[in-house]
Amino acid sequence: MAPTARPTVAQPLSPHLQIYRWTWTMAMSVFHRVTGTALYGGTALVAIWLVALASGPAAYAWVAWFFGSWIGRIVLFAYTWILLHHMLGGLRHFVWDAGYGFDRDKRMALARATLIGSATLTIVVWAVALLAR
Amino acid sequence: MAEFSLPKNSQITEGKSWPATTGAKNLKEFRVYRWNPDDGKNPRIDTYQVDRDDCGPMVLDALLWIKNKVDSTLVFRRSCREGICGSCAMNIEGQNALACTMGIDECQEHAKGRKTAAVKIYPLPHMPVLKDLVPDLTNFYAQHASVEPWLKTDTLAPEKEWPQTPEDRAKLDGLYECILCACCTTSCPSYWWNGEKFLGPAALLQAYRWLIDSRDENTGDRLDALHDPFKLYRCHTIMNCANTCPKSLNPAKAIAEIKKMMVERTV
Repeated sequence: MAPTARPTVAQPLSPHLQIYRWTWTMAMSVFHRVTGTALYGGTALVAIWLVALASGPAAYAWVAWFFGSWIGRIVLFAYTWILLHHMLGGLRHFVWDAGYGFDRDKRMALARATLIGSATLTIVVWAVALLAR
Repeated sequence: MAEFSLPKNSQITEGKSWPATTGAKNLKEFRVYRWNPDDGKNPRIDTYQVDRDDCGPMVLDALLWIKNKVDSTLVFRRSCREGICGSCAMNIEGQNALACTMGIDECQEHAKGRKTAAVKIYPLPHMPVLKDLVPDLTNFYAQHASVEPWLKTDTLAPEKEWPQTPEDRAKLDGLYECILCACCTTSCPSYWWNGEKFLGPAALLQAYRWLIDSRDENTGDRLDALHDPFKLYRCHTIMNCANTCPKSLNPAKAIAEIKKMMVERTV
């Protein structure tokens, strides 16, 4: 191919995220990345709880009060969903890495199952936890 | 870090609204991305009223109708008008497609009951624009060339053709049909953020087409060339490539198969 004349003005970049239509697989990929990042914060929650446990009754009582408060419960509820969603996302990627589930119906079903599954599991975990108190 | 917003010179403004042709009754609105390298202005969206009674069923028919009847300055690539040349790849209603095989009614089917009035058309996403709907595909073609998409052998060439069993030939089905329209590569968010280093779905599907060709004797070197944190492994199975391919191919699956070959040769 003959070299084409380069334009003299800066070429614009065509729009991308601004215009692209979302699909389940694209959305769940973003969710997986976001939940994965958020888990750093979740791991900090676990660390805070363990440190309090090791520090003695006074520190533990404070942390236990915070996690038991309505704000603490909202944080823990969110953490439960984030953890379960990322786990199911990991399993989805495992299936794909093994070379399965690439057909149109299957990949969409897998992506939907990640969200539906994580929401269901979160509710089950909390229902069991609250009932077992 | 990925740049999610558009640079200043790429932000889109409202353009001209062209009136309907006289006597037209069955109108369909089209909103089309325009950019002229000669006027020094930002890209704009022009609005056209297409007379469906005077126009063919495909999006390409509508664009040609606009160019012939309303605005001859509208620029887009097209050639075969039957989905085999890949020239008229563009972003139609938020998904990449060939304008010639995408029906005007079909392109809004995703919206079901809440059909938006206008059909929105942009160039292939996250590409430098040469003019209107024409993107600069130089990097895309260079990446295709970089996978050396031809038969490479060490043994002496046979007197006739290189033989292949029907079973081995069948392994190329779903790969050889690629027309290099760039719909998949420009639909990939990973390619948007790392297009200089990640080869993208089209080039990788072509790479796999030669990796599994029973006649090719260069498999090891081909895998070596792809063993790179960016070239292959920026694929995060977002699957936009497979969702958008106008030939219904599955680049995501081909890439997964390459990743498997990488693992299999080390165990």
